[in-house]
Amino acid sequence: MILIVDMNWKRNSLGVYEFVLPLASIAQEMDECIIKHYLEVTSEDIAHCDRIILSGTALRDNATLSQPEEFEWIKSTEKPVLGICAGMQTIGLVFGLRLRRCLEIGMTQITALKENSLFSTAAFRAYSLHNYSVETSAEFEVLAESAKCLQAIKHRKKPLYGVLFHPEVRNPDIINRFIQL
Amino acid sequence: MKLGVLFSGGKDSTLALHKAAEIEEVACLITLRSKNPESFMFHTPNVELTELQAEALDLPLVTRITEGKKEEELADLREAIVEAATRFHIEGVVTGAVDSVYQAQRVQRVCSQLDLWCFNPLWKRNQKALLEELVKDQFTVIISGVFAYPLDESWLGKKIDSEIIARLFALQQQYGLSPSGEGGEIETSVLDAPLFKRKVEILNSFVEWNRDSGIFRINKARLVPK
Repeated sequence: MILIVDMNWKRNSLGVYEFVLPLASIAQEMDECIIKHYLEVTSEDIAHCDRIILSGTALRDNATLSQPEEFEWIKSTEKPVLGICAGMQTIGLVFGLRLRRCLEIGMTQITALKENSLFSTAAFRAYSLHNYSVETSAEFEVLAESAKCLQAIKHRKKPLYGVLFHPEVRNPDIINRFIQL
Repeated sequence: MKLGVLFSGGKDSTLALHKAAEIEEVACLITLRSKNPESFMFHTPNVELTELQAEALDLPLVTRITEGKKEEELADLREAIVEAATRFHIEGVVTGAVDSVYQAQRVQRVCSQLDLWCFNPLWKRNQKALLEELVKDQFTVIISGVFAYPLDESWLGKKIDSEIIARLFALQQQYGLSPSGEGGEIETSVLDAPLFKRKVEILNSFVEWNRDSGIFRINKARLVPK
């Protein structure tokens, strides 16, 4: 089972249609999904799922970035986690990474820097919609970058991934690969 | 949150309006009337109908005429959104984009520059589910433009119902046509929807056919009780 965490600023927001349901529609082809708002995720939810995807949010929505304490569970879980956009930024904050201003909107050239389980090609285009990226640390390896900023990271010891772009828009294979990890 | 809906009067922007109104306050509609029939951003047959549709919805309408030149039309969009923000204090914009990155990224950029929210409640929706939702929720939607083979004159003015959806999907299998018209294959006009307080009645219309595409031109229409 896949736990999809709705990262939007409030429960049942308009952002769900745009950032959560498209993810669920891809993931449901592979496995059963449950959707929970980030303020409603329980230890039982985490215990019962096999993997976790943190959704993106509207460009102006920075709610989770001011509440990294709500995501302390990411540090303790051993389950695969994929953070998308705000999800990646939030993972970064939980592990003490600094946010870096990086506005990108639209199709963006992504360069893969390291062979990894999520994407295989050296360069690809993906849909971006973000105001911030993260600066990395020794705990994370950088998997991909754009001309402006880091685009994908992975924790060195855990199956914990972040992608800044939105794979649900033009790169659903990345989500499928994560589900098959 | 007060929102303005980018409104062409077609099925996608009307459904997006309904999704937005379920959760937030829709304060106004925003329509760009493009003089360029090739505009990827704003061209819609019968866009003049939005005045009547706005009246049916009892919502104010902000209208801007644009020459429809690539990128310059974004300045016109920006002006229209600024006017909506000034007059109706909107904090965000809603679009009916389903899969067009071209349209979505341009509206996102304008909203980002203006520090406004931008929502796309139909984003990546399954095309069949989207059409079926319109029928289930009793939207009256007619095909007002066809722009791809093998769609011909006979489709113009047809109401979208289960039979039309089945035929569109058969054409998708055979010709790769986007059944919801996401590739610009069909354009639509909404005559009635759940939030319409009155419905649009067409009094005079005609078909404009030009070799391999055509428009169902609504010449005269009025609002009548539902």
